[in-house]
Amino acid sequence: MAAVRAARRQRLRGFAFVLPALLWTAAFFLLPFAFMVAMSLWRRVGGRILESWTLENYADFFGRPHFLEGLANSLEITLTVTVISVLFAYPLAWIIAEKVPERWQRAALMLAVLPFWTSYVVRSYAWLLVLAHDGVVNRALLAVGLVEAPLVLASTRTATVIGFVHFFVMLLTLTIYANLRQLSPNYARAAADLGAGPVRIFLHVILPLTLPGVMVGAFLTFVLAIGDYVTPQILGGNNELVLPQIIMLQIGRRADLPSASAMAIVLMAVVTLVYFACARWLRLERA
Amino acid sequence: MPGNTRVSLGRRAFLGGMAAAGAAAAGLRAGRARAAESLNALVWCDHTDPALIRPFEEAFDVRVNLKEYEGTGTAFSIIEQSAPGDGDVFVIDGIDVPRAVDAGILAPLPEEELPTADLFPELVMAESHVRDGRTWAISEKFGYNTISYNREKVDPADVMDMAVIWSEKYAGRIAIYDYYLPIIGLVAIGLGKKTSELTEADLPAIREKLFQMKKVAKLVGDVVASQTALATGEVDILVGGGEWVTAGLAAEKPELDWVLPKQGGLRWSQSIGIFADSTRKDLALEFVKYILSPEGQARLATSSCYWAMPANRRAGEVLTPQQKAALRWDDQPAYLARAQLYPAPDAELDARMQDIWTEMLQQ
Repeated sequence: MAAVRAARRQRLRGFAFVLPALLWTAAFFLLPFAFMVAMSLWRRVGGRILESWTLENYADFFGRPHFLEGLANSLEITLTVTVISVLFAYPLAWIIAEKVPERWQRAALMLAVLPFWTSYVVRSYAWLLVLAHDGVVNRALLAVGLVEAPLVLASTRTATVIGFVHFFVMLLTLTIYANLRQLSPNYARAAADLGAGPVRIFLHVILPLTLPGVMVGAFLTFVLAIGDYVTPQILGGNNELVLPQIIMLQIGRRADLPSASAMAIVLMAVVTLVYFACARWLRLERA
Repeated sequence: MPGNTRVSLGRRAFLGGMAAAGAAAAGLRAGRARAAESLNALVWCDHTDPALIRPFEEAFDVRVNLKEYEGTGTAFSIIEQSAPGDGDVFVIDGIDVPRAVDAGILAPLPEEELPTADLFPELVMAESHVRDGRTWAISEKFGYNTISYNREKVDPADVMDMAVIWSEKYAGRIAIYDYYLPIIGLVAIGLGKKTSELTEADLPAIREKLFQMKKVAKLVGDVVASQTALATGEVDILVGGGEWVTAGLAAEKPELDWVLPKQGGLRWSQSIGIFADSTRKDLALEFVKYILSPEGQARLATSSCYWAMPANRRAGEVLTPQQKAALRWDDQPAYLARAQLYPAPDAELDARMQDIWTEMLQQ
C-alpha cells in the first residue's frame, strides 16, 4: 500500500514539474491556435465577422492563382536560402571548430554572430543601401571594371535571398559548430587508421554524424524564413509577394482576420509537413 | 591604508551614486505624478514628432500616448481589438470619415469651437465630415499623390503627362507607392476617368494599365522604401509621390521635385476626430483645437515624418518663406482646382480593387 502511495506521489510530483510548461503551452500556443483555427472558419462580410462555419477562406486561397503563387514564391525562396545557408555555414563552422586554435574559437564565434546584435529591420534597410543602384556593391564592381553599368540588385528576389542568407548563416554556424564540437576526434582517427582519405572520412564519417545538427539548423532556417515578412518586404521591393506579405495585406488593408488566419493555417501545415519529412534527423539525442 | 581608503571612497561613491539615482527616480516619479492626466491618440506618423506634441503636453500638463498606424483597415483592426474608452483622438484618412461615422467610432465635434472658416474651402469636405447636421471630424493636413521625380534625370515635360507612369521611356527607373487607392486613382485619371465615378466596369482597363506599370517599374514600396529609392537614385520617378516625399528633402536634395500632370492628380487629406467612447472628451477637444491652431498646423505641416500642406490657411502666418516654397503654398489654388479626391469604393468594389492590386504585385 505504502509503495502504491509513494508511486502516486512520485507521479504527482512529476506532473507538478511539467505543469508550468503545460500551462504555458496551453495559454500561449494551444488556445491561440484553436482561436486561429476557429477564426479561419469564419468570414468577414461587409466589415463584420460572421461567426458561422465555412471553408470559403480556404477555397478563396486555393482558388486564386496569385495567392498560390505567393505560397510557391515562399517555398522557392525558403528552399534556396536554406541550401545556400548550409553551404556557407558548414565550412565556416568546420573552420572554427577544427582549424581555429581553441583559445580563439570563442572570439571567432562571436565575430560570426556579431551581426545578430543589430536590429533585424535596420540590417535589412542597410542591405538595401548596400545593394542599391549606387550602393557599395555596385560602386565596387564599377571601380574594378567588372561591370560597365550598375547591376539591378536591390528590390529583387536576389536581394531577399542575400538578406536571409546573411542572417541564417550565423544561426546555422552555431548549430553546426555545436555538433562538430561534440564529435569525438576518435571517429576520424579510426577511419584514417582503416585507410580512409580526408574526403572519404568527411563524406562517410563526419557528415553523417553531424547531419542531425545540420538538419536542426536547416529546419529552423526553413521555419523562420518561410514565416518572415520583414526581409521580403524591405529587400524584395514588392516585385513578387511571399505568403506572409499576402497575410499582412489581409490584415493591414482589409482587416480580414478570417482570411489571414486561413492563410496562416496553410503556412503552418506546410511547416508541419516539412517537420515530418525531416523528423528522423530532428531527434535531440544522438543515435 | 591606501587599500582601505580606496574601498571607503568606492563605497561612498557607490552610496552617493545610489542616492543620486534614487533622487532622480523620485524626480521622475514626481514628474509622472504631475502629468497625471494622459491622452491616447491613434495617429499617422507625422503626429509622433515631439516638436508637435511637446508644446501641447507642456501647456496642458498632460502626457499624450501616441499609437501610430498606416491604412484605415489597420486602424479599424486596432479599434476592434481595443476596449471601449482606450482611445481619445483619432486621425483618419479624410475619405474614410463616413466609414468611421457608420461604425459609430466618432463623437460629434462642437462646430462653434472649430476654425472651419479658416480652412482652405476644398478642405471643409462637408460631404465627408458632416452628417445629420453634425460635424464628426475636421481636416488637418492635405497633399497630393501625384508624381515625384528627379529633375536632373527626367525631362520635366515628360512628367506633365500621366502616361509617363506606364511608358517604356523610363523602364526600370520608376517606383510605385504601395497603396492601391491612390495609384488606382492616378491610373483612372490617366485614363480620363473621374475617381468619384469609378465602378466595376472601369476595372479591366485599370487592371491592364496597372500590369503595364508593373512591367516598367523597378519596385513597389511603402513610404520609407519608395522615398529611399528616389533619394538614393535607385529610381528617378515615384508614382504616387508628392510634397510628402520631396518637401522635407528640399534642402538636401534640391533636384527632387514633384508635379501635378496636365490630367491632374489626387488630393489626399487627413482628418482628426474624437472617439465616441473617449472618457476625456474635453481634453481631446483641446488637442484637436491645438492641432488646428496656426502654430499646431505649422508644426504638423513640417513634421519630421512627412511634410504636407496644413488645412488651416492661417498656418501661412507662422510658416517661413522657405517652408512655404517647399510646400508650393502659392500654387495651391491651381493645384486644388485640378486635383481629384481618392476613389471611395464600397466594400465590394474595394475588395475587387485590392484583388487586382495583389495580382499586379504578383506579376
